[in-house]
Amino acid sequence: MPKANITFEDIGITVTVPAGTRLIEVSEKVGAGIIYGCREGECGSCMMRIVSGGENLASPSVLEDKVLKENMAGRATRLACQAQVLGGDIVVRPA
Amino acid sequence: MASLRAGVVDDQALCIAPGIHWLGALDPAMRQFDIILKTANGTTYNAYCVRGSAGVAIIDTVKEGFSAGFFARLESVARYDEICAVVLNHLESDHSGALPELMRRAPQAQLYISPKAMPTLRGVLKGELDPQRILTTLDEAGESRVIDLGDRSLRFLQTPYLHWPDTQCTWLAEDGILFSGDVFGCHFCDERLFNDKVGDFRFSFDYYYQHIMRPFREYVLQALDIIEPLPLRLIAPAHGPVLRESPGDYVRRYRQLATPLLHREAGDEKTLLIFYVSAYGATERMAQAMREGAETIEGVRVSLFDIAGGEVAPFVDLIEEADGLAFGSPTLNGDAVKPIWDLLSSLTLVNVKNKLGAAFGSYGWSGEAIGLIEDRLRGLKLRVPLKGVRLKLLPTADELVACRDFGHDFALHLCGRAERRVLDISELG
Repeated sequence: MPKANITFEDIGITVTVPAGTRLIEVSEKVGAGIIYGCREGECGSCMMRIVSGGENLASPSVLEDKVLKENMAGRATRLACQAQVLGGDIVVRPA
Repeated sequence: MASLRAGVVDDQALCIAPGIHWLGALDPAMRQFDIILKTANGTTYNAYCVRGSAGVAIIDTVKEGFSAGFFARLESVARYDEICAVVLNHLESDHSGALPELMRRAPQAQLYISPKAMPTLRGVLKGELDPQRILTTLDEAGESRVIDLGDRSLRFLQTPYLHWPDTQCTWLAEDGILFSGDVFGCHFCDERLFNDKVGDFRFSFDYYYQHIMRPFREYVLQALDIIEPLPLRLIAPAHGPVLRESPGDYVRRYRQLATPLLHREAGDEKTLLIFYVSAYGATERMAQAMREGAETIEGVRVSLFDIAGGEVAPFVDLIEEADGLAFGSPTLNGDAVKPIWDLLSSLTLVNVKNKLGAAFGSYGWSGEAIGLIEDRLRGLKLRVPLKGVRLKLLPTADELVACRDFGHDFALHLCGRAERRVLDISELG
């Protein structure tokens, strides 16, 4: 199965995960500083900054896009509860 | 004709400044608000009408059950076809209850809300309003929109999280009036309405801050930086007395309330509070070992508390200022013990987001308490960087070493000096 490496920059931990994993499945377990609210892509609490490797995440859904716009998020911002890794290396930190 | 008497009269708007009227509602029977607040003499839902030479703006509405009085007051000072703007500083039900009907009665009016209010508005209106009638109060360039009422104009201060994401204040510069929404408000019902006429509401003002605004203290301080330079002549909040006498006093009081309660003794050091409950001394020994380990890291100041010997409220004050929190509990009947939950259920009054958290404890059968505490800490939006330490009954010397290591490693995380690691997801459990 293809793998991906997610680095949580704020705590200096890199986790190797299967492709298709959502960030939310990993970040809380390692104690990263990304926080969650609704966990369903609606509240915007889990906005995170993509430091590098944004192209290795699946594109945002219509719902995620709308929430990001309503929260005036920058281009390198995603919702951790929605973002799914495709492979390669991704570096993130709390927004 | 509006009443000019110093007090609210049924179905009549109350003049708070020339051309500006209170349209709100008195709710003297209210005793419990939003479940978490008590009020000994009710509350008010404040809404306002601002008349300019070129139009009328309505700022906020009332709880739905009080709509009839709100519309009667509105009709005493304005016609619906004069209303060009409806401003909602905050969309919670007690302020938006009459909004759908108001937008129906004033079909030419534009609705102005903060950019962060859109998701809430969808819940309030359920698609009833034409999107063309909704404007956010920041324009595309990120500047405040201006509602031009002719000889008066309304501008908007972005003051989110006071106490919802959507909150904003509306500023009427020509008159020095701040329509502040919930901030500077309180649950206090007195038909004399003005702060220089009503009964003593100082307790209610502080109580409202402590229960509604305190968890958002950082946002309060940001908002005060915006509000303090304004030449305020009157604050018109969404609840409680209208502050026309010395409004600056209430802004200064907010600055005092939002300033940390406890002097920061630790300077630049990171502070770690270890709370524990222990039935036979095992969890206490774990707590002591954790403290020993944490204290080996320079720049960390550790405090140890047996919860059984303290009160919740002062612990909450300490927690508000701390960087790291650890909770030790035995497992009784598959759960952490009540004093732990009493403390952990009291933390919604303060902001604990992104503090570091940890759990540990001794158990007899199965040790569920540690995982349950960790889940609660994550639920409170703390970071839990290390899997908690749990041991069966009395600690061995090796297990106490593990507790010391746990304290040591947790302190490294507190200082941002934890070792960089590469893990496989299967190692995370």
